[in-house]
Amino acid sequence: MRAADVPFEKVTAKNFPKGPDSLASGHRACQGCGEVLALRLLLKALGTEFIAVSATGCMEVCTGPFPQSAWRMPWIHVAFENAAAVASGVESAVKVLRRKGRGPDKRIPVVAVAGDGGTADIGLQALSGALERGHEDFVYICLDNEAYMNTGIQRSSATPFGANTTTSPVGSKSRGQYSWKKNMPAIAAAHGVPYVATANPAFHLDLMNKIRRAVAIPGPAYLHVYAPCPTGWRMKPELAVESGRLAVSTRIFPLYEVLDGRYVINRKVDNPAPLTDYFKVQGRFKHLGEKDVAYITERVNQEYDKLVKLSEAFPV
Amino acid sequence: MSKRVGIEVSLAVAEAVKLADADVVAAYPITPQTHIVEHLSELVADGELDAAYIPVESEHSAMSSCIGSSAAGARTFTATSSQGLALMNEMIFIAPVLRTPVILAIANRALSAPINIWNDHSDIMSVRDAGWICLFAENGQEAVDMTLAAFRIGEDPQVSLPVSVNIDGFTLSHFIEPILLPDKAEVDRFLPPFKPVIKLDIAQPISVGLLAPPESYTEARKATDDALLASKAVVKKAFDEYEAVFGRRYQVVESYRVEDAETVIVAMGSIAETASIAIDEMREAGQKVGLVRLRLWRPFPAEELAAALSAAKNVAVIDRHMVLGVDNGPLGLEVKSLLYDAPNRPRVFNYVLGLGGRDVTRDDFRDIAARVSSSQGVQTRYEIVGVLA
Amino acid sequence: MKKPIEAIVKAGDLPVGFTAQPGSTVAFKTGDWRSVRPVLDREKCIYCGFCYYYCPDGVYQDMGAEKWYKPDLDYCKGCGVCAHECPKKAITMTLEEV
Repeated sequence: MRAADVPFEKVTAKNFPKGPDSLASGHRACQGCGEVLALRLLLKALGTEFIAVSATGCMEVCTGPFPQSAWRMPWIHVAFENAAAVASGVESAVKVLRRKGRGPDKRIPVVAVAGDGGTADIGLQALSGALERGHEDFVYICLDNEAYMNTGIQRSSATPFGANTTTSPVGSKSRGQYSWKKNMPAIAAAHGVPYVATANPAFHLDLMNKIRRAVAIPGPAYLHVYAPCPTGWRMKPELAVESGRLAVSTRIFPLYEVLDGRYVINRKVDNPAPLTDYFKVQGRFKHLGEKDVAYITERVNQEYDKLVKLSEAFPV
Repeated sequence: MSKRVGIEVSLAVAEAVKLADADVVAAYPITPQTHIVEHLSELVADGELDAAYIPVESEHSAMSSCIGSSAAGARTFTATSSQGLALMNEMIFIAPVLRTPVILAIANRALSAPINIWNDHSDIMSVRDAGWICLFAENGQEAVDMTLAAFRIGEDPQVSLPVSVNIDGFTLSHFIEPILLPDKAEVDRFLPPFKPVIKLDIAQPISVGLLAPPESYTEARKATDDALLASKAVVKKAFDEYEAVFGRRYQVVESYRVEDAETVIVAMGSIAETASIAIDEMREAGQKVGLVRLRLWRPFPAEELAAALSAAKNVAVIDRHMVLGVDNGPLGLEVKSLLYDAPNRPRVFNYVLGLGGRDVTRDDFRDIAARVSSSQGVQTRYEIVGVLA
Repeated sequence: MKKPIEAIVKAGDLPVGFTAQPGSTVAFKTGDWRSVRPVLDREKCIYCGFCYYYCPDGVYQDMGAEKWYKPDLDYCKGCGVCAHECPKKAITMTLEEV
């Protein structure tokens, strides 16, 4: 069956999952954390009949301080760079135990969660291995807050051009991050996996349906999730969701899916809002001048056009 | 009934893993371990072993996958050597605290640099204090027997710790030996089905791998150490039951002709067999020498080793690993520390030999015995046997 | 001499494998992080659920037939996302009285 045709129960405002969240309150995420919001919604969409694997990072630290855990499903954290490898082992074990009659006789999705550093930098090899091997019930979520926030806002390869971080500082000879954001969804898609998508907690139903679809489609799936970080982005905590909307309306973080290598843009943005709308609410961009913004805008539009062309050339 | 076959030791280890009915094997190739996992992947491909073989992209991911698989309740095996074990290092320290009983065969090989693919013990010695139960095999039969015992020991609910089975690279791993391969019914009598202590189960969810604040880190480490130390009793019991089922007797520390020995050589791994032949020859020549071999390296069998060395005047400890910057190798240091408070403290000598695949011969042990008997005082620093300096 | 740090649990009493029970962070009340609290004007509330959907800490409870969402102040950290996202501006972040 084509990935696009795999049925799954859609989340709507009407049938929004009831009951307690799959991620309990009492976690220690910062005020207004958009990453934990994304995580909460993703897990809520799945219920508790799956196994979660965390990489070391903000989400792991704030949800699992002994003797407590916020996770209401079986959960394991081993280290920073290996969430995909640990999940590979869990997924293989679950399938074998089912086959041998020593586990539940149903599919149990295994969902790995890591940050952008744990995905695009230190965890890239383990992720690539897992995607290439084609684990059937494997979903990998990158919660992208665009820097190493847990260690104190150091740049990663997912930090956007121009952002001021503690290791891409603005100085007399620096305009902040000097490289373009690594295109993780494209790297994931290049593995030929059946499902890759970007998502954003500001579009909560879209986000929840993407994880449901990721779980429903047999084969590895990769979700790249925008995760606003008020602390690291020097932003007011109440703007976590607002910044998510601006990320889409300015085209800097487009929402799209890649199903069997075919592209669909979920939110077409024909008349993008100026990037200054997005930049001005975040202290990490406050040093950027008009020329910088124009330079970044050109690149953002180029990338967006590429996506449009892909969706026209390879439609679902 | 066991079957006597001529088989390469690596393949025999893989056959033992098949007999143990492992559920998951996650592995990455590295010399001289590769034949073990090659054969396992064949067994899976041929449907002889109903397991998932995960061809991971690195040893780091191999051990990561194994920890995940074990935590999900599957009997889990992997194998590695040298740089592979070094790359696993981070995971090696995590598996014991999460109490995931992964079984790891190590075809022991020298660590870089310089790069060298041949046998010594520097790989396992670099992670000796990580919390794993470490067993050493002397020959092919022991490699098979220790592999089966490892599953039994590690998965014991009282233990629930990972176990490494150390097999000298090439010297054992690549030799074809006559080996008694047990049959499945015998193995099933010895090895019960895996009932995991830690299990990621949707019916009874738990969270594994938590952050330990300063208020509980020390306690978590101590709990692991307590479990490791307590595992010695389970190792002994498993060896007793191994004997009952298979008729081969193993002990955590094994002595050979030590009764009236003035000089006792302490060694681990395949060189102990060479040493025992040298001992016979020296005995024939009237020299009072004996041999003590550690089968169990961690938890360190202090009591048993002290008892085995209680009558010795001189102890010559062999290390196949050079520790840079201190005076003794890991086994030498351990033995010195153990005997410091002994009532009749013997002189302890430490010799490093057989590094990076250099042959260890009977002559080396005669040389060591001669060095010990001609020595008047105490040795201040380990000596390297056969080094051109 | 410094007093030793008191352990939460004795080594011998720790769960094997240093595990925790699911959802047990609920024992940790994050409400005292808050300096402002959300106050809802139920007259303006249209029961759209945005406060509930977008709360990073999952503190809003669906009051069902009463058609509103009630924040659990034991956990509300006072981030203000709910007030910002409320389409009817029915939530006001109000300074906590000490």
